[in-house]
Amino acid sequence: MKTVLLIDFGSTYTKLTAVDIDRECILGTAAAYTTIETDINDGLEAGLKILQSKIGTLDFNECYACSSAAGGLRMITSGLVPDLTGEAARLASLGAGAKVIKVYSFELTEDDVEEIRRIKPDIFLLVGGTDGGNTECILHNAEVLANMKPDFPIVLAGNRSAAKKCQEILSGYEVYVCPNVMPKFGELNIEPAQKQIREIFLNRIIQAKGLSRASELLSDIMMPTPSAVLQAVELLSGGCEDESGIGELVAVDVGGATTDIYSIADGMPEHMNTVYKGLPEPYAKRTVEGDIGMRYSIQGIVDSAGIDRICELSGLSEDVATALIQDLKLNPDKVPENDKEMENLDFALASCAVEEAVTRHAGTISESYTLLGKVLVQEGKNLTNVKNIVVTGGSLIHSQRIYHITENALYSLSNPSSLRPKIVDVWADKTYILAAMGLLSSYYPKTALKIMKKELEYHGHSK
Amino acid sequence: MENQGKKTLVMGVIGADVHAVGNKILQHAFTEAGFEVVNLGVMVAQEEYISAAIESGADAIVVSSLYGQGELDCRGMREKCDEAGLKGIPLLVGGNIVIGKQKFEDVERRFKAMGFDRAFPPGTAPETTIEALRELLHIDGEN
Repeated sequence: MKTVLLIDFGSTYTKLTAVDIDRECILGTAAAYTTIETDINDGLEAGLKILQSKIGTLDFNECYACSSAAGGLRMITSGLVPDLTGEAARLASLGAGAKVIKVYSFELTEDDVEEIRRIKPDIFLLVGGTDGGNTECILHNAEVLANMKPDFPIVLAGNRSAAKKCQEILSGYEVYVCPNVMPKFGELNIEPAQKQIREIFLNRIIQAKGLSRASELLSDIMMPTPSAVLQAVELLSGGCEDESGIGELVAVDVGGATTDIYSIADGMPEHMNTVYKGLPEPYAKRTVEGDIGMRYSIQGIVDSAGIDRICELSGLSEDVATALIQDLKLNPDKVPENDKEMENLDFALASCAVEEAVTRHAGTISESYTLLGKVLVQEGKNLTNVKNIVVTGGSLIHSQRIYHITENALYSLSNPSSLRPKIVDVWADKTYILAAMGLLSSYYPKTALKIMKKELEYHGHSK
Repeated sequence: MENQGKKTLVMGVIGADVHAVGNKILQHAFTEAGFEVVNLGVMVAQEEYISAAIESGADAIVVSSLYGQGELDCRGMREKCDEAGLKGIPLLVGGNIVIGKQKFEDVERRFKAMGFDRAFPPGTAPETTIEALRELLHIDGEN
């Protein structure tokens, strides 16, 4: 029997998944508190003990891990125009699994330097200008960064005409040069920069974050958890060799502090009379809503949905709902268990979180009247034809009403300009294995795909 | 550097105008004439020309308008360019830029007053615009 252990060092829990490669199945899963402040191995060992109590002692042949512990991969990006290279840099970082703390546009200022010092990013992504285009901005920003004597690695992925000069300006610091994230106007090329970001994470960040102590157990590969999830859903969508995928999909991960949305879909306009505006978006796109989360970011949900809507969905009075929300702010570790009121509140919170985050992720369509008649203008991805939604994250997979929460991700007549999926099958990652399968897919893609197709639980079809 | 020495143009059809054919022909003609072309297509807002020009380090902006509303759509564009740091960038406009039959000299005067360097009447051949671009960008002979 060939066995592989997959570890996800999360911010709160260290999650373990044991896989039997030959039989293509999950042997067992376990979770324990992450112990990043002391020794990461303590939490890992506690988890291993739980796992052993379930499936017996095993000698694992291979072991891989991903991590979002110690704040995850914290990045700052700077580009030129906010909607263009600024956005390209943001998309590149998010797709690499980073937490984007700050996005700067145009020239960096003295105040920005102060802020960068305060934030202490793990990696800085410096871009600006299309190839052969503007060089002043990126050169200026390289100069500003060099003057602040950066102790963080810098990934340079801007105008190639300025790359050499930027490198000179930043000589003596840790700089990695990549192809431009926007080589031509409106054309994204974010994969090389993402690859570089992941490599730096692997070589440098892991040590800095005290994860290397766990590394003697690991065979290879370490990636940010969101990057592993993205890899998993890409495989689940596209398939591998003769094993087919489930097709275009949207994945939703509502966490305590943030909500991540992934879409693996083309998303270009359906009809000839639709004009597309703005940057073309990546086929595999990830967005993170830092203000939408079930516990630490609970206020963001209340702000965006309104307390009335939360009361309506939960059936609670405003006084009760407000009191419960206050309580959860102070005690973010609380879970509903058998508390009916809290369960209803969580249902309402999750529904609103899903609705808001998917709406922000999806594109929009609007009508415009011209002398030649009506024209439709699309911005962002059109997800109306996506046929699958995969939900993951503790707050969703433990809910009794997964389907009804997920319904809020769908196209709605009350907001017809939002291009969200119309008719879908809902799948739940009940065993919480997506990140683990993303890791596994680096080595055993077909096995990872088969396990996902087996383990994801079907939760209904929307009408 | 692949576009060394080449001058970069940002072009597109302004406003709520969806005339796509002439836009493609012009793109072809400009590229053939040796320009690096950033074509924004149809229904382009002033801000989009400006953002594209900043990012691509453009040498000139060529605005087309075919549906008669060009005068409204182009208003304030020079001021926005100034604001965005594109001071003095050549602005050219052409097509059916106003409604009805008007003396083109008057139309041209109005567009020049709005800060456009050149305005072209309906039926202008691409060569004429290319010639004007060469003059404005001080390009000698074949680009």
